[in-house]
Amino acid sequence: MSLFPPIEKKRSGWQLFLMTVVGRSYPRVVGMQRERSWMFFDVFLPLLSVAAYVFVYRAIGAPEDYVGFVVVGGAMTAFWMNVLWSMSSQLYWEKEQGNLALYIISPAPMMAILLGMAVGGLFATLLRAIAIIAVGSLIFNVTYAVSSFWQLIAVFSLSMIALYGLGMMSASIFLLLSREAWHLANLAMEPVYLVSGMYFPVKNLGFWAAAAASVIPLTLGLDAMRQLVFASGPTLGFLRVETEIGILIILSIVFVTAARYLLAYIERLAVREGRLTENRR
Amino acid sequence: MQKSINLRSFLTASWLGWQIESNWTDPFLFATYSIIKPVAGAAILVLMYSIVTQGNFDSPVFAYLYLGNAFYQYVPAVLTGVSWTIIDDREHYRTLKYIYTAPVNIPFYLFGRAVAKFIVGTFGVVITIAAGVLFLNVPLDWSRVDWPLFLVALFLGVLMLALGGLILAGITLMTARHSYYIGDVVAGGLFLFTGAIFPLEVLPGWLRPVGYILPITYWLELIRRSLVGAVAEAFPTFTALSNGDLLLILAGSSLVFGIASIFIFRYCDHQARERGLIDQTTNY
Repeated sequence: MSLFPPIEKKRSGWQLFLMTVVGRSYPRVVGMQRERSWMFFDVFLPLLSVAAYVFVYRAIGAPEDYVGFVVVGGAMTAFWMNVLWSMSSQLYWEKEQGNLALYIISPAPMMAILLGMAVGGLFATLLRAIAIIAVGSLIFNVTYAVSSFWQLIAVFSLSMIALYGLGMMSASIFLLLSREAWHLANLAMEPVYLVSGMYFPVKNLGFWAAAAASVIPLTLGLDAMRQLVFASGPTLGFLRVETEIGILIILSIVFVTAARYLLAYIERLAVREGRLTENRR
Repeated sequence: MQKSINLRSFLTASWLGWQIESNWTDPFLFATYSIIKPVAGAAILVLMYSIVTQGNFDSPVFAYLYLGNAFYQYVPAVLTGVSWTIIDDREHYRTLKYIYTAPVNIPFYLFGRAVAKFIVGTFGVVITIAAGVLFLNVPLDWSRVDWPLFLVALFLGVLMLALGGLILAGITLMTARHSYYIGDVVAGGLFLFTGAIFPLEVLPGWLRPVGYILPITYWLELIRRSLVGAVAEAFPTFTALSNGDLLLILAGSSLVFGIASIFIFRYCDHQARERGLIDQTTNY
C-alpha cells in the first residue's frame, strides 16, 4: 500500500512551470514570516547605507539631482541583491544542503525553480526598494519631473526581465561551482555598483567603458530611468532613452533565451561530471 | 590551564579560518579577488567626488573621505569575520555543535576565525591607500606619520570591532540564515554615522549624537590624525579634543562596548542553547 495518495492529474507545460514557481516561492514567503529580523537587516540598514552616499554628495556640494540619482540607484541595488543572493548563489546552498539533487530528479524546470526563488524574495526586495525611494525622497526632498510615465514603466519592466534573465544565466554556472560560487557572488557587488553607475551617471565612465557596462541591464535601465524622472537627467544621460529601450529589449530576449539553453546544457554537464552532489570541498 | 584553552582556541581557529578563506582557489585568483572588491568600492567614491569637483584631489575633503573609506574596510571585514562563522559552522559545515562540545572557548574561537578576514581586509586597505598616494595625491608623508599613535589606535579599533562582531554573532545564533552577510549590512548602516566619508557636521543635528556614541567615530579620527594630521585639523568635529583625549574615549567606549558584548553574547548563547538553535539549519 502506498503512503501517498495517487496522482490524479499530472501537470505539464506552463501549468507545471507555474506550480513550480509557486512551490519554490512558498517556503521563502513562509520563512520570512517566521523570521522577521530581515526587515531590520534588509530594509532599515540598507536605507542608512544609501543615506551615507547622499551625505557625501551634500558634503562636496553636488547639485541636488545627484541626491536623487543616489536614491534611485540605491533602490535598484535591491533587485541586483535579489538576483545575486536569493537566486544565483542560493543554488550553492541548495547543493550544500542536498536539495539540488532533488530539484534535478524532479520534473520541475530549473528556470521555474530559480524564478520561484526570486518571486519568493520579491516582497522583501520591493519593500526595500520602495522604502529607499519613499523615505529617501521624503527626507532628502528629492524632486521628480517624470517626462514619460509609459516609457518609465517600459524601462523598469524590461530592466527586470533582462536582469532576471542574466541572473538565471549566471545561476547555471553555479551548478558547476562549489565554494568559489559564494566568493564570485560576493565579488559581483561593488564592481557592479561601480560599472553600472549606481551612484553617479554612467556617462562619466567614458563612452567605451559605459558601452561595455551596458551588458549589465541595470546600467541602461538606471540611466534611462534617471533621464525620465529628473529634470537634469537627459543632459547627463548616456544614450537616448529610445535607444536604451531598444537595447534592453535585445538584452531581455538574449538573456532569457540563453538562460534556458545554458541551464539545460550545464545541468547535463554537471550530471555527467558528478558535480551536482559534491559539497564542502 | 584556562589561558591555554583560550590561546589554543584562537590560534587553531585562525589557521582554520585562513584555510577556509583562501584555499578555494589558486593564490593568483585569490589575490585578484582580494584586491578588486576594495578597489571598486573606493573607485565609486573617487568617481562621485571627481564628477562633482572636476577632479580636485588636492582638497582636504578628498583625503578625509578617501582615508576614512580605506580604513572603514576593516569594519565589515571584522564584523563579518566574527559573526559569519556562526552561519558557516552551523549551516554550511554543520560543525557548530561539535565545536560547542569540544574544549573550546567560543568567543576566542570566533575571534580566531575572523583573523583571515582581517588579513584579507588589510590587503584591501594597503592597496587602496597605495593607489591613493600614487595616483590621487593623497597627502600621506611616511616620515610624518605618528606610528605609535597609529598602531595603538589600530589595535584598539580592531579589538573594538571584534567585540562588536561578538554581539552580531550572538544575534546570529538566534536568527535564521539570511541571504547576505549580517556584518556587511550592519557596517553599511554604520557608515552613515561614523564620519568615515564626510565630517559629522554634514549630518543633521539630531543624527550626530549617534556618531558621538560610536567608538568607530573616534577610531577613524585617531587613524586620520596619526597618518595625515593636517587633514584632520581642517575639520572642526574633534578639534577640542587632544590625541590623548581621543585615545581615552576610544579605550573607555571600547571597554563599555566589550563588557556589553560579553553579556549580550552570553545571553544569546544561553537562549540559543535553551531553544535548541545551536544545530538548526534555515534554508528558505
